[in-house]
Amino acid sequence: MESKFMKGCEAIAEAAIRSGCRFFAGYPITPQNEIPEYLSRALPKVGGVFVQGESEVASINMVYGAGGAGTMAMTSSSSPGVSLKLEGVSNLAAARIPAVMVNVMRAGPGMGTIQPAQSDYYLMSKAPGHGGFRTITLAPATLQEAVDLTYEAFELAFRDRMPVIVAPDGFIAAIMEPVDLPDYRDPPETPAWAVAGCEGRDHINVLLNGGLNEEDQLAKNRIAEELYEKWDREDVRVETYKVEDAEYVFAAFGLAARICKSCVDELREEGIKAGLIRPITISPFPYAAFAALEDNVVKYVIDVEMSIPAQMVNDVRLGMKDRFPVAQVNTAGGLILDSEDVIAKVHELVKGV
Amino acid sequence: MKSSLLVAGFGGQGVMTLGKLVGECAYEQGLKVTFLPSYGPEQRGGTANCTVILSDEPIGSPSTNRLDVLCAMNQPSLEKFAPNVKPGGVLLLNSSIVDPGTVTRDDVKVAAVDAEGIAYEIGERRTANVVILATYMTIADIMPIEEVRKIAMAKLAKKPELVALNEKAFDRGVAITKEIIASWA
Repeated sequence: MESKFMKGCEAIAEAAIRSGCRFFAGYPITPQNEIPEYLSRALPKVGGVFVQGESEVASINMVYGAGGAGTMAMTSSSSPGVSLKLEGVSNLAAARIPAVMVNVMRAGPGMGTIQPAQSDYYLMSKAPGHGGFRTITLAPATLQEAVDLTYEAFELAFRDRMPVIVAPDGFIAAIMEPVDLPDYRDPPETPAWAVAGCEGRDHINVLLNGGLNEEDQLAKNRIAEELYEKWDREDVRVETYKVEDAEYVFAAFGLAARICKSCVDELREEGIKAGLIRPITISPFPYAAFAALEDNVVKYVIDVEMSIPAQMVNDVRLGMKDRFPVAQVNTAGGLILDSEDVIAKVHELVKGV
Repeated sequence: MKSSLLVAGFGGQGVMTLGKLVGECAYEQGLKVTFLPSYGPEQRGGTANCTVILSDEPIGSPSTNRLDVLCAMNQPSLEKFAPNVKPGGVLLLNSSIVDPGTVTRDDVKVAAVDAEGIAYEIGERRTANVVILATYMTIADIMPIEEVRKIAMAKLAKKPELVALNEKAFDRGVAITKEIIASWA
């Protein structure tokens, strides 16, 4: 285990290489440029390939090719650039090709600003492309978690032959923090399904993103549905923090959650019973953690997001089955969430109860 | 134990390098630390800034509007960020180009250090930030200053011709800051 004081983007890029990623294609956009910058130097050193594509669309389609050939492939971008890639992500999901996409989220909608936000919750957790499909989407709250989840994202992508999304907000990508880097591992052997030449094989591998036969398409959708349901059962990840006796429960992911976590401690020192539910997978969403909140204990659920309008709040309501009143603290535009605002909101609720 | 610092100045003054150096010293010492650079279009031509938070516990927000220390390397930075220092906090001013007379707050401590003047006396302009590093670390008092010196000098050893001068700058920074702290009492 190697430990370093690293920049967010660089740590994410290094984690990808250590996980076995050997192909990257991307197109520049702030605030994720340090990922391709780092990989442009580091990938060739391990026998990998780095391509700066002529566009986002070209880049994701190169990833389709590399992933289809059985290579651990990756692209990264930030919100507006991700929009452009989503047709390709849908194609990857349709053809069941593994790949990792990192979306360093910035403030939107539209071009928005280049500063950090959590603006793509819906897009990253619900339908990251057309046609009806899902992804496992991982939302790190610390740089260490961004490293660990990126490392693991490649395993998940290969396990399911599906694109996996890592969605840090821009702050996680911008900060420097100490991280323990996982060990290097060899890229996987070329899988039997890969489109990588027919030598030694008596059949042709085909990876198609569609067809003309209705029954075939229906069958594919059913198979995919089974996979998504398996994720719901087995791949949900969530951190609950001091929730057991909590009267005021924060719901937050990514950087907002780590701010809330320190607020929980601060409020508990004042004698206010606060807790936190932090989705680590925003897809599949940890509905059960919210369903488990106890009727006669919880007074308020406080949804905290760096997005206006709040987006995750709808999943939170669904999870707790609308049993508790919901308060919100949010910010947008690239402005960081102020922990004082979070604390003040709880004080206000405590007075009002 | 927690200390928050915002370093701000003109692009090119070594603001990011200084912040990173503080972060690296804390990291080497085994503390939790976050370094958050300003990530905006203002980096070109205007002020650049970074926030460094040091703690022995996990750090929540990497940013704060209630700073323990503001290190203002130029005048606009003082004006822009002075309101973000918490009462009882410290304004660390690079008084070579920041006028301490313009400080309007009376609920904070002021440490005015003529870092560039000292660097000039030492004979190497580039050591000004080492003076400031020593000053901040002495004020923050979050890790033994001898450890900071050892770590910082190792980090700065890539330029061997500067080692002796950096050591001198560091020691001058510590000595001056001790006098300043004594004057607060």
